[in-house]
Amino acid sequence: MLEFPRWKYAVILIVVVLSVLYASPNLFQKDPAVQVTKNRAGAVVDEALAERVRSILGEAGVEGARVALEGDQVLVRLPDAGTQTRAADALRPALGEDYTAALNLVPTTPAWLEALGARPMSLGLDLQGGVHFMMQVDQQAALEKRLDSYADAIRAALREARIGYTGAERRADATVAVTLANAGDAARARSEIQQALAGLRAPTALGGGPTVEVDGNRITVRLPEAELNRIATEAIEQNRNVISNRINAIGVAEPVLQRQGEDRLVIQLPGLQDTAEAKRLIGATATLEFRAVTGDEAQAAAALADNSIPAGSRIYYDDAGRPLLLSRRLLVSGDELVNAQPTTDPQTGLPAVSITLNSAAGKRMFDHTLENVGNRLGIVYVERIPTVTMVNGEEVRSSRTVERVISSSTIRGVFGKDFQTTGLSREEATALAKQLKAGALAAPMDFVEESVIGPTLGAQNVARGTKAVVYAFLFTLAFFAIYYRMFGLITCVALLLNLLMVVAVMSLFGATMTLPGFAGLALSIGMSVDANVLINERIREELRAGMPPRTAIATGYDKASGTIFDSNMTALLAGIALYAFGTGPLRGFAVTMVIGILTSVFTAVTVSRGIATLIYGGRRKLKSLAI
Amino acid sequence: MALFPLHLIPNNTRIDFMRWRMLTVGFMAVLMLASVGLIATKGFNYALDFTGGTSVELLFEKPADVDAVRDRLEEAGYPGAQVQTMGTATDLMIRLQPKDGGTDAEAINRTADEVLAAASSEDNPATIKGRSYVGPQVGQDLARNGIYAIVFVVLGFLIYIAFRFEWKFAVSAIITTLGDVLIVAGWFSLAGREFDLTLLAGLLTVMGFSINDTIVVFDRVRENFRSMRAEPLEILNTSINQTLSRTIITSVVAFLTVLALYIYGGGSLEGMSEAMMIGIVIGTASSILVACPLLTIGPLKVSKQDLLPKARDEEALARRP
Repeated sequence: MLEFPRWKYAVILIVVVLSVLYASPNLFQKDPAVQVTKNRAGAVVDEALAERVRSILGEAGVEGARVALEGDQVLVRLPDAGTQTRAADALRPALGEDYTAALNLVPTTPAWLEALGARPMSLGLDLQGGVHFMMQVDQQAALEKRLDSYADAIRAALREARIGYTGAERRADATVAVTLANAGDAARARSEIQQALAGLRAPTALGGGPTVEVDGNRITVRLPEAELNRIATEAIEQNRNVISNRINAIGVAEPVLQRQGEDRLVIQLPGLQDTAEAKRLIGATATLEFRAVTGDEAQAAAALADNSIPAGSRIYYDDAGRPLLLSRRLLVSGDELVNAQPTTDPQTGLPAVSITLNSAAGKRMFDHTLENVGNRLGIVYVERIPTVTMVNGEEVRSSRTVERVISSSTIRGVFGKDFQTTGLSREEATALAKQLKAGALAAPMDFVEESVIGPTLGAQNVARGTKAVVYAFLFTLAFFAIYYRMFGLITCVALLLNLLMVVAVMSLFGATMTLPGFAGLALSIGMSVDANVLINERIREELRAGMPPRTAIATGYDKASGTIFDSNMTALLAGIALYAFGTGPLRGFAVTMVIGILTSVFTAVTVSRGIATLIYGGRRKLKSLAI
Repeated sequence: MALFPLHLIPNNTRIDFMRWRMLTVGFMAVLMLASVGLIATKGFNYALDFTGGTSVELLFEKPADVDAVRDRLEEAGYPGAQVQTMGTATDLMIRLQPKDGGTDAEAINRTADEVLAAASSEDNPATIKGRSYVGPQVGQDLARNGIYAIVFVVLGFLIYIAFRFEWKFAVSAIITTLGDVLIVAGWFSLAGREFDLTLLAGLLTVMGFSINDTIVVFDRVRENFRSMRAEPLEILNTSINQTLSRTIITSVVAFLTVLALYIYGGGSLEGMSEAMMIGIVIGTASSILVACPLLTIGPLKVSKQDLLPKARDEEALARRP
């Protein structure tokens, strides 16, 4: 019989309310804005900065800007994208290096909605405009670099043990081939090599180390497959860290940095239009410098105060903006670093970073530590960012150097190429190891794909997408209302709720809307009508078979449910395949389609039945149905 | 006859689809083979996504003359540049291989500037709306992933239908669906339309739609095999006729939504929506005219036994007093 339990009505009501609530933030326009944040720990963001921003904008003649201090940033809301760019261009040089002025779109969602976790969908690059890059990391080069350092360590070990050799070279098949002068030394050489390589391996790596094969006077050192894979994966992660640092510095509000496939990175910078400029910033190089600490924070501050910096020393700043005196003499440079791994100190069980240098640097380090136990050793992260300034209409290329002390720990004993830095928390150890690698070990990268989407194109795409969805919906609505009359209207209500649910779910999960996403939305309307058509046709069929109207409705819904399940499952499979193998905007299409299919089963089977029961369930003497 | 209920298809149709089954299946087979031949000989007009290269999107002040722009580009040293309109006549997409094969930022910018200079004329200046560069390696990976996606979908369908129905149904459904996709792909090869990523998504959606249509018919076939006492041919005929109205209506509505996408969605969704419009027509026809007839041919011939409750249930029946 045609019945519908109370609790199901309650569920439908809750779903409707939640859908409206979480879909609604998308109705509020986003304001173009410039977001000013501090770039250095020492800089302050306060009302004075907001005042300064106001006067800079006033001088530049930027109109309609609303400047406000919000938390740890100054937010400048602007009337349109054109003024946004002008405001950012005016602010950047005027505020200098201490602050970053980023382009941003600020949602205008009311606070009470935001408190409930409701927020608008983020727009994909094709709807918002911006630049897109894909970079390929040269894993082979990273591997060769690592093998070269192994060969270097082997040569040093053999020299030290006074074993004669005629060559120790990297081969194309990812091995190091050593040729001994005298085959009689083979056994001794083998154990020396094994010892030398033990220190180069990452202490955290599982599985066997390099295998050493002896054949007469020839020794082949082979890395296990797992180790090769690890080096390749690390190369990507290092580059990702480097780029992540850089794009944060470029000043884009919501940059996207994703690993794609084996060896690629996708970078999306919304709001930017100049690819050349963005590429220069991403292409900046970083390195490391190991320098002796010649004066601690207090001495450095005092030296700064009375301007008495000792000869042979220089002032550097650490992450927190504190000064430190470091020697002008470069002890070890970044290209001499072989490996850096977060680890646990075997003696104390405390977190540490294990650092491995090449043999030449190890020797210098040994000599230095011999005389400097108890003194501190500083590691400086140096970034060179190419800049282009316009002077008299000519492009002048130069580079800006950013230096920052990332570690300054005390030397506890004499050491050579292998040593550990302790006294860090687990997080600090991981971060330091990352920075060390980012500075020294990054593998070369190529740009393999790039595109620019203009802001007008983005706006046009939004307009087109919305229009397509609205018309797809209207076409369907008109057809159903005429063809199925009352049941057509019920179907339309179900479809409308379906659309609302898709938007709500996508907003809730922070999915990104793209142009193909709009297509998916339009299509999910087209696909979800299928369930409703199945039900309505089945009801008509039962009516023709002579069933009383209310039984016909109930039977129609029951019989159609199985078919709906089977046909939607297969469509779901196609959607999942698109998501799994698709990239970028295609994923947007797949996500909308999959969500649309899932919600359509609910709206078609449950919601429309609820409404039909509401309309027809109470009428005892029902003669005919408007279907 | 009263105006309501409205009917696109009259009630109780008794069209003998099975009588022409060899004809319809044969016709579909010919179309399929022709598509395969076309794809093999003519191939696809692959877009930048797959081939790699540079594309520039230009916005003109007035409607642009596509042929004139192509000629001017040829003079500027870009023979074989592909020029096409994107939705409106003032909006042109130009695809070409860079002159010197340079891939750095300057080379791409230079190419874009040269294209802009060559395409603009004094009385109809253009501005660059967007540009992109894709390396050849990326294209290869995309093509490979596209093939993986199709294989994944085909296997998924096969397993699901074999599990929920029977393997004969699964094989028939897959043959029908693959035929639809091939014919749509053949059309794109014939028309020389650009084959890009969104078109690939369109093809996968066609697969989803076509299988969906076929399943609804098969679902009725399964139900009727269990409840009717009749020859398989008659059961198949009845099932098609019973679901005919639903099949046509769903397709009309789905076609309408995709039509909205085609008309209002703009240039970049054109290929996708065209694929889906053709796919919906072909998919509907094949689910009526091909899927069921396949169930009567050779090893795919179904009988009542195939769909009766399986052995385990019979044992349970036998144990009853």
